[in-house]
Amino acid sequence: MSDFEVRLVSESAVLVVMGQTIDPQTNLRVHSAAKLLMEQGWPGVEEFVPGYATLLVYFDPLLWEGEVLATRIRKVLRELREISFWRPRKVVIPVRYGGVWGPDLDFVAEATGLSCDEVIRLHSQSEYVVFMMGFTPGFAYLGGMNLKLSVPRLETPRSQVPAGSVGIAGAQTGIYPIDSPGGWRIIGRTPLRLFDPQSERPFLLSPGDRVCFEALEGEAP
Amino acid sequence: MRLRILDVGSLSTIQDAGRYGFRRYGMPVSGPMDWFAFQVANRLVGNSPADAVIEFSPGGLTFTLDADGLIAVTGSVQVWVDQMPLPGWMAIRVRRRQEVRVMTAPYGCWGYLAVAGGILTPPVLGSRATFLRGRLGGMEGRPLEPGDCILCGEGGKNSQNRAGYRLMAESIPAYSQRVTVRVMPGPQYDWFEEARVETFFRTEFRVDEKSDRMGFRLIGTEVQPRARDLLSEGMLPGSIQVPPDGQPIVLMADSPTTGGYPKIATLIRADLPVFAQLRPGEGRVRFKVVTPAQARKAYLELLETIDFDWEEDHSLWMTA
Repeated sequence: MSDFEVRLVSESAVLVVMGQTIDPQTNLRVHSAAKLLMEQGWPGVEEFVPGYATLLVYFDPLLWEGEVLATRIRKVLRELREISFWRPRKVVIPVRYGGVWGPDLDFVAEATGLSCDEVIRLHSQSEYVVFMMGFTPGFAYLGGMNLKLSVPRLETPRSQVPAGSVGIAGAQTGIYPIDSPGGWRIIGRTPLRLFDPQSERPFLLSPGDRVCFEALEGEAP
Repeated sequence: MRLRILDVGSLSTIQDAGRYGFRRYGMPVSGPMDWFAFQVANRLVGNSPADAVIEFSPGGLTFTLDADGLIAVTGSVQVWVDQMPLPGWMAIRVRRRQEVRVMTAPYGCWGYLAVAGGILTPPVLGSRATFLRGRLGGMEGRPLEPGDCILCGEGGKNSQNRAGYRLMAESIPAYSQRVTVRVMPGPQYDWFEEARVETFFRTEFRVDEKSDRMGFRLIGTEVQPRARDLLSEGMLPGSIQVPPDGQPIVLMADSPTTGGYPKIATLIRADLPVFAQLRPGEGRVRFKVVTPAQARKAYLELLETIDFDWEEDHSLWMTA
């Protein structure tokens, strides 16, 4: 793999920059790089945080000098030619669209010139990729939305968005894992728990996963 | 043994070394604001360096132990045991039911109270650190309140013998409300015009009142980045991001794992402790640049302090 850059950003972190755009190919390279670097099993190289087009690598400065690690990373990533080995998991997320579950569904329909049913159909038809996670524990930034559904964020964020809410912001869609403030347009809600610290699998989604939404039947109360 | 909170003056939480291993899922690390004072507190009472302690802030707190125990209080702190003033940065023997009052003064923001045996609240995702915004860890994910009864471990058999053990005076950080701290160039350093970078290093910033465990906002000359969209990417405590208003934010212990503002610099780990001790609304800070090698050296030197700079003082260890 060529066309990447490794920068020291702290005495305990290096940033691998793999592009400047939000696109599935760049993001796939990020997850592939994370997997490959994880597989090296280097002691003291602790965690990897994928961004849209970057990978932040945390390491223990007791065990590594940043420049030495950066050189090792460059060497390993240059050998990463094929990215097809990345086999993501697939997760289906049931969603109740509209009503109290999706207070902005009508707005999205109006702003896009579609009917509510068409919005639901387009949203639950695509396959998405967890480009990255952040903002709050378990919040997944999903790429792959039909661009017809793009709408701007709320001008004033809500102070409380319920856990499980499915929202749209620009060309992205995402799910709020915990009750939190938020500015995305909320079109539905999933009964699944995306974050449960007591569970054996605390996070439903991982960076790189494929996600599909499935519309649940039933009238909103 | 149990520690009973009688009174809490301002934000106090349970913190251990932090919640590692889940940053790729968006889980902040949390843990102590001043990692040096935190580690020394544990070391003083013979705990492992990552054990859970109480982090308190200027208003401090008052507590009792329901059995004889050994404590250490670090940071810029004052300590009273049954109204008798005692020094920080030293292992202190405390008898059952003695009333202990601690606060941060005169030049600090965070204090650490370690109890021999450590605090044993249930770990969440492998850590006892409180993450307030996520309402998890520590005491049910919330700040401590009067009446809380906190389970502690038993100190080792010989832990009482550690009373009087202390960090050498010259190794105690010189906390101040006006500091110069060292930074490395950040990942988007080159997004800032040269004149803006110069401004950044020439300005004395004030720490804004609206600062907390998540981040410290700095007020001073504006250092706007060139207008450009940054794609959200990973960041860490110490990252200094600049939103479009040009007022830098230094990310702290509860920092989100990712962010979309350009980062002009990264505060080095060795200087996070003195920076964290600046009080919101009061503290002033200047930045100077160092190389990655210097940043690492400074960190290793500070760690060495914790390993070697010890002495015993028997004039003060009898408190009761």
